[in-house]
Amino acid sequence: MMNSFLFAEGIGVQNWTYILVGITFALYIGIAIWSRAGSTKEFYVAGGGVSPLANGMATAADWMSAASFISMAGIISFAGYDGSVYLMGWTGGYVLLALLLAPYLRKFGKFTVPDFIGDRYYSKTARFVGVICALLVSFTYVAGQMRGVGLVFSRFLEVDINTGVIIGMIIVLFYAVLGGMKGITYTQVAQYCVLIFAFMVPAIFISIQMTGNPIPQLGFGSTIADGSGTYLLDKLDGLSTDLGFAEYTEGSKSLVDVFAITLALMVGTAGLPHVIVRFFTVKRVKDARKSAGLALLLIVILYTAAPAVSVFARTNMIETVSNKPYNKMPEWFKKWETTGLISFTDKNNDGLVQYVANETKNELVVDRDIMVLANPEIAQLPNWVIALVAAGALAAALSTAAGLLLVISASVSHDLIKKMINPKISEKGELVAARLSAVVAVCVAGYFGINPPGFVAATVALAFGLAAASFFPAIILGIFYKKMNKEGAIAGMVVGILSMLFYMTKFKFGWFGGGTKTNWWFGISPEGFGTVAMMLNFIVSIVVMKFTKAPPKDVQDIVENIRIPSGAGEAVNH
Amino acid sequence: MTKQKAKAYWKENIRYLIILLAIWFLVSYGAGILFKDELNQIRLGGFKLGFWFAQQGSMYVFVILIFVYVRLMNKLDKKYGYDE
Repeated sequence: MMNSFLFAEGIGVQNWTYILVGITFALYIGIAIWSRAGSTKEFYVAGGGVSPLANGMATAADWMSAASFISMAGIISFAGYDGSVYLMGWTGGYVLLALLLAPYLRKFGKFTVPDFIGDRYYSKTARFVGVICALLVSFTYVAGQMRGVGLVFSRFLEVDINTGVIIGMIIVLFYAVLGGMKGITYTQVAQYCVLIFAFMVPAIFISIQMTGNPIPQLGFGSTIADGSGTYLLDKLDGLSTDLGFAEYTEGSKSLVDVFAITLALMVGTAGLPHVIVRFFTVKRVKDARKSAGLALLLIVILYTAAPAVSVFARTNMIETVSNKPYNKMPEWFKKWETTGLISFTDKNNDGLVQYVANETKNELVVDRDIMVLANPEIAQLPNWVIALVAAGALAAALSTAAGLLLVISASVSHDLIKKMINPKISEKGELVAARLSAVVAVCVAGYFGINPPGFVAATVALAFGLAAASFFPAIILGIFYKKMNKEGAIAGMVVGILSMLFYMTKFKFGWFGGGTKTNWWFGISPEGFGTVAMMLNFIVSIVVMKFTKAPPKDVQDIVENIRIPSGAGEAVNH
Repeated sequence: MTKQKAKAYWKENIRYLIILLAIWFLVSYGAGILFKDELNQIRLGGFKLGFWFAQQGSMYVFVILIFVYVRLMNKLDKKYGYDE
């Protein structure tokens, strides 16, 4: 079926990885040199003249992180229907972004999200709360990206995880510090192409292998290619229940929790500063709307293929390992075993791998993160495809890391230094400050990548929860509720953030007396609590507003002005 | 006069938002979550329909919604002379 060229046995996986990763890295550096930033405007918003398509591609790469590329399909393949929360949550947020936020924020025409909060609520306190939220959200997120870079390097190039993190740091440092938003935008365009190609090629190969259908989105709803006429999903439901797991297409989370998590992820997505800021880079309000649509289209290509990959990988894995002799396991099994991401203990000493839901009998533990990375090997795809996945995962992690670092550096140099500490700083001085804060941010991110705090996984959910609980209501009310004043917005953000932090630390780290699943409020998990915290923010904002002074006339005029799309002009460093 | 025009524009905009967001809610929270069990009785090839909405259909509709919004708003901008 596949010819010998595709297998290219002569060149091993590792050499292929060096070649592909080398080419893509050279490309990113070349783009960075070509698109250096010369002014703060170029550094913060790429000069404000990015085309909708380029911005759509950059937004897609910015958004799709190591979590989307590496972890998501793996999580879904273990969670089945329950994994839908990520699919709907991380795409549905773009509808909110396109309809409720992006056009108005573009019309407002500033550089950062705290900029909007500070100006709309005519208050340094509000701006400061915004800066704190932006930094909290971005740092928790970026640590996870650096970890992803290290993971890919260690597995595919067999260097130590820490060396991998440092190589990743140097690359990001190079193009984020040199190019600012301008450099990042055009590298992200290239990274989108690399990552989507790298995700889709193996997905298509495996879909053909398993179902004969070259389109993975249709393939996982087709019959399996053995001529039996059984649908793949029915087969997987059967395999799952045989091993004692929940039926793949049914899931086991409660309805209210699925609802809450999906909403928290959607609203959190719409409130993430590194995504919002991308819409400051286009020329007109109508470009902001259009590029949100293009971004989602480009994202959905991967997001609709991911659940197909999950089904393929899950079926393949169960069939390869379940009740098979341990000493006959294929090579990938042993390789991943050495990284500690697969572990096997022969509890009943029969030499067979028992993979079942019952924890006392189960002998195999597979880390969810390896499903996408190991998938091409499990399906015995050619070496270059396996190497391509490594290059794609790196593109996903680096592009997101760069976008986050820019938010961090802009929050420090623009919002903190220029707007609060030293308003007299020169354009040149601000640019130096922006570059320096990017360097510091990369180093801090690298440190967390090398010494990941135990709570990284928990804090990614926290990042969404915080964005949902703080920025989303403040921005929405700022646009759609002219009478919203600073007292209401600040009180709302503070209550939103604090309640989110309280719930998260109580149930994730055991603070404030801790608690288990049975103690959850309304049966909502910490991941879904962003929804409740967001509602609290809305309620507190409106109640406080009712008892305090209305915003000044000029602020109300600003609100009326941002509702009209024409005359957006360019983002200005006022 | 311009103030009235801006008000009318905003009112039409809000109407579009309500309609589009109602569809957004129905395909994801409705079909993918709240009514998934009922919809799962219906098959779409190898897919149970509720499962399909949760892992495929809702996302396709999201993309369409944004492009419909772009078209509607471009038209509306023109109608009120706010296009550029």
